[in-house]
Amino acid sequence: ETLDDDEVYGLNGAGEEEVSSEEDEEENERKHQKLLEAISALGGKKKSLGERSEAATHMSEFTVSAEGEADRVQLSDLIGTVETTPAVSAKSRKQLKDLQRSRRTVKCPLSKQETQRIQRDLAFQKAASEVSRWNSIITQNRRAEQLLFPLNPEPSGPRPMERVVTGWKAHTPLEQEIFALLSANKQPVHDPVLTPAEEASVRAMSLEEAKIRRAELQKARALQSYYESKAHREKKIKSKKYHRVQNKAKRKDHLKNFEEMVKTDPEAALEELRKLELARMQERMSLKHQNSGKWAKSRAIMAKYDEGARKAMQQQLEVNKELTQKLVTSLKSEEEEEEDEEGAEDGELLPDFVNVAEQDVSNPWMRGKLPKEPTERKTSSTEGVTVVAAEEEEEEEEEEPEEEVLLRELDSRRKRREAQESDTAAVVPQIFRGLTKDQKAPEADFNEASTQLEEGLIRIRSVEDAEGLPEEDAAEPPQAAPSEHPLSSEQQVGPSRKRKKGIELMEVLTKEMKAIKVPLAPTIMDSEDQLDQRGLIKEAFAGDDVISDFIREKRKHEEAGKPKVVDLTLPGWGEWGGLGLKPTNRKRRRFRTKAPPPPPRRDQRLPSVIISEKRNGAIGPHQVSSLPFPFEDHAQFESCMRAPLGRTWNTERTVKKVTKPRVLTRLGAIIEPMAEEELLKDQKKNGHSHHDYFIKAQI
Amino acid sequence: MKVKVLSRNPDDYVRETKLDIQRVPRNYDPSLHPFEVSREYTRALNATKLERVFAKPFLASLDGHRDGVNCLAKHSTSLSTLLSGSCDGEVKVWNLTKHECVRTLQAHEGFVRGIIVRYCGTSFFTVGDDKTIKQWKMEAPGYGEEEEPLNTILGKTVFTGLDHHQKKGVFATCGQQVDIWDEQRSSPIRSFTWGVDSFSSVRFNPVETDLLGSCASDRSIVLYDMRESTPLKKVIMTMRTNTLCWNPMEAYYFTCANEDYNLYTYDMRFLEKPIKVHMDHVSAVLDVDYSPTGQEFVSASFDKTIRIFSKDGGHSREVYHTKRMQHVICIKWSADNKYILSGSDEMNIRLWKANAAEKLGVLSPRERQATNYNQKLKEKFQHHPQIRRIARHRHLPKSIFHQRNELRVMKEARQRKERNVRKHSKPGSAPVVSEREKNVVAVVK
Repeated sequence: ETLDDDEVYGLNGAGEEEVSSEEDEEENERKHQKLLEAISALGGKKKSLGERSEAATHMSEFTVSAEGEADRVQLSDLIGTVETTPAVSAKSRKQLKDLQRSRRTVKCPLSKQETQRIQRDLAFQKAASEVSRWNSIITQNRRAEQLLFPLNPEPSGPRPMERVVTGWKAHTPLEQEIFALLSANKQPVHDPVLTPAEEASVRAMSLEEAKIRRAELQKARALQSYYESKAHREKKIKSKKYHRVQNKAKRKDHLKNFEEMVKTDPEAALEELRKLELARMQERMSLKHQNSGKWAKSRAIMAKYDEGARKAMQQQLEVNKELTQKLVTSLKSEEEEEEDEEGAEDGELLPDFVNVAEQDVSNPWMRGKLPKEPTERKTSSTEGVTVVAAEEEEEEEEEEPEEEVLLRELDSRRKRREAQESDTAAVVPQIFRGLTKDQKAPEADFNEASTQLEEGLIRIRSVEDAEGLPEEDAAEPPQAAPSEHPLSSEQQVGPSRKRKKGIELMEVLTKEMKAIKVPLAPTIMDSEDQLDQRGLIKEAFAGDDVISDFIREKRKHEEAGKPKVVDLTLPGWGEWGGLGLKPTNRKRRRFRTKAPPPPPRRDQRLPSVIISEKRNGAIGPHQVSSLPFPFEDHAQFESCMRAPLGRTWNTERTVKKVTKPRVLTRLGAIIEPMAEEELLKDQKKNGHSHHDYFIKAQI
Repeated sequence: MKVKVLSRNPDDYVRETKLDIQRVPRNYDPSLHPFEVSREYTRALNATKLERVFAKPFLASLDGHRDGVNCLAKHSTSLSTLLSGSCDGEVKVWNLTKHECVRTLQAHEGFVRGIIVRYCGTSFFTVGDDKTIKQWKMEAPGYGEEEEPLNTILGKTVFTGLDHHQKKGVFATCGQQVDIWDEQRSSPIRSFTWGVDSFSSVRFNPVETDLLGSCASDRSIVLYDMRESTPLKKVIMTMRTNTLCWNPMEAYYFTCANEDYNLYTYDMRFLEKPIKVHMDHVSAVLDVDYSPTGQEFVSASFDKTIRIFSKDGGHSREVYHTKRMQHVICIKWSADNKYILSGSDEMNIRLWKANAAEKLGVLSPRERQATNYNQKLKEKFQHHPQIRRIARHRHLPKSIFHQRNELRVMKEARQRKERNVRKHSKPGSAPVVSEREKNVVAVVK
């Protein structure tokens, strides 16, 4: 609609103008002619024809000047002219007709002021958002420790010839030829100038980027060298056992990875499977592990006499079997094996008592659970395992590392301790009594608890003792014997005792409670006594002797305020010195300086007041009275004051860092206003930092 | 393999001269160097005192004009060149290192209202009271040649201000309206009007180069975008703004010099209230210019003083005045951040140091270290009353001193009255109006 409106207005304007101008001109000309004739009739001089004047700059928007009713223009007239003029397109004619037909009035367009206002608002918003892109740079610069100006310093060193002598040209034909060649190859014309490609590369690789890259490379190199050295070290280890364990761990790891891979990335898992298949095929083809080699033959000879050789051969066959098995089954069996092994290993590696030992021994609640005997579990575990697994387990036992040895030692110690425990239990039977069936009154219970707590301490000591003298213990026959003896006893008692040791809620809670006899008399009377506040306070602070405390404190302050006698005697000066020799009394008297008595205290005559004499009025005017602006609390300000800046207290580097000025300019360099390139730089920097984070996350 | 190479800077261990003391490794055990706070306090006090002793900011006076200096312009590529226009239509080009005038030309009849150097530094523009804009070559005419402008544009009305675009061949003038001109054309490519008033100055934003700001006589500051056909926004203040200056490092901040003795720093996005009011002058502020680092600005006032403000400081850090300097009309901060140039009513251009106590010229490394250390000490202990007293002390001419006190009394009285009114009126009916909000009348979209 608006379009139509515009066109209509435009047309209206044009039509009216034509009409009005034509009419006006005719009339004017007529009048003018008359006037001229009248003037010429008068016989005066001929006046020049009317001056040409510019069209008035300020005209009504529609250039319609309707004066008098006769001049009023009707829309129908205008449309009539439109139909007669061929220049008007058919489209607009049609539009006009439509307009004529429709009865609806067209909405009044917004006034000029309002449209301008909207335009201004839009423009302002655009400009404001555009300007806001400088935000990050501005905040960055405000926070920066040091600002360097000019922002784009010219590179130091000699300036390229090209820039120094701008107007120079090659004159001689030789020179021209050379320059043509150079320019064809895009070679630098003058010595220090770089080729465009080089310049681009220099621009692309800024110093910071290079630094970051270098740091990355350094890190990578360090890591590489670390792993290399590690691998080298490991390779050097001759122990077969170690490598076997290592291999096994690797296999396990691999398997775990594979399982994960099946879940996350089935394709890679398939690939992995294919690899395994390939290995199997190769194994089937090759003579490896077939016990047909030279070594195997020698072993076969030895096998009769040597257990080890037999075992080695068997192992070889085992490997072969394993490798040539169909994949799926092999995987499964392996898993089972692994699980079994894991179970076994766990059993060996982490016996229960380890956990117990880790927990606080003095904690009475933790002590309740007794570890099962490892032997017990061994038997149980061995039951469910195949012969092969059993064999492997034997291997495992061989492979036990030192830690396990240590652990076993610990175990034996534990056993010993338990033996002692049983002794102590005999001595102090209350320990467990609290939790056994024959419980007593709660008081007794409390006692027991306390004894238990104390007991913990005692026991620790006993353990330490036991640890301290392991050899002795082992040597003593009665001690060595019990290490086996309590085993059997424990096997019998174990489960029942276990039950006893834990707190059984049902038992505790369902017990009949006995009334507690409280020996103390009630301190606070009931409401009938009606003590007032004052009385209450008096009673609450009944034991405090405030006045004497105050006097004591005041005396302390007085003592502290008194000047001390300074003893400046130097032992051995002017007389014999040495150990056990004291300077003579005369000398001491001589060098002891007594300070003059201080001015009387201000609270001397005020018995109930302490006035501190610490404040020195003389330094008052030199001190800061209120917290200055950027600081948030006194501690911050004081710490800032306390940190010295000078080179007396700081190293050269620190001093340089601490005292560097906030704004640094170069002498005689023009500082240009910030340019758009800074924005790009900022973006680049930000991008970099993101990249850095990414890298860190990856590492 | 990683190879660590020892790399040492000879500065750290080599003596500067052979008469210097040998570097001795130090023991930094704090028990050996007690009383650090008090010792540094003494050093800070001494440094502050010495700063006051060495504070001699006035460097030179360039005389030669035969009427008051009305406008100044920095050369865009040469630090040692200064251009000045006076009230008798004369333009002078100065060599600052030699303190002498190198060229004089009668540019206009009547005042030279504005002068600006093109960004390339090869030519400059002047506007004057004779309704003309003239472009001149920077080089002096050869022997026997006439001193003639490159271009002359005859305008319809008087031009009162002029500024050139940072990178394009476009400049802006102001008078009855703000016009944007292309250097190649004789009619403006765009003109902005918003109500009928005359403008006193127009400035291009040096960072966001298509934005402009202008000050109008109806107490308003109007912002424009060169690319738009309409102005952007205007803010009307209680009194007229004489000039404004954009921060060259922070795109959306500008500071304007107002008739009400204050300067106001605005964020162009939020014109509702200025972000800082800078007070200290005791008469109308006539001109303002930012330091090229964007950290400080300098203002010239009708009260015959120049003051230097930090961009976010409410009060000036420095005041310059001489007995003979009259109303300071125009001021510029040199492009190397070292000097300040002021043109005043009594026909002189004065050259000042931007840091009054700074030693000019190249400093030896030890000197530089010492000044840096002293500067930091002064900053550290600036809140201590004895040091602050010395650091803040400035001698003021008697009249200014008294005027300042008078203004202070007036301000206190006003505040007291406001307080009393608030006390005796219904709570909430007399709200507290901050100093920043007081002077903004309206923002017109």
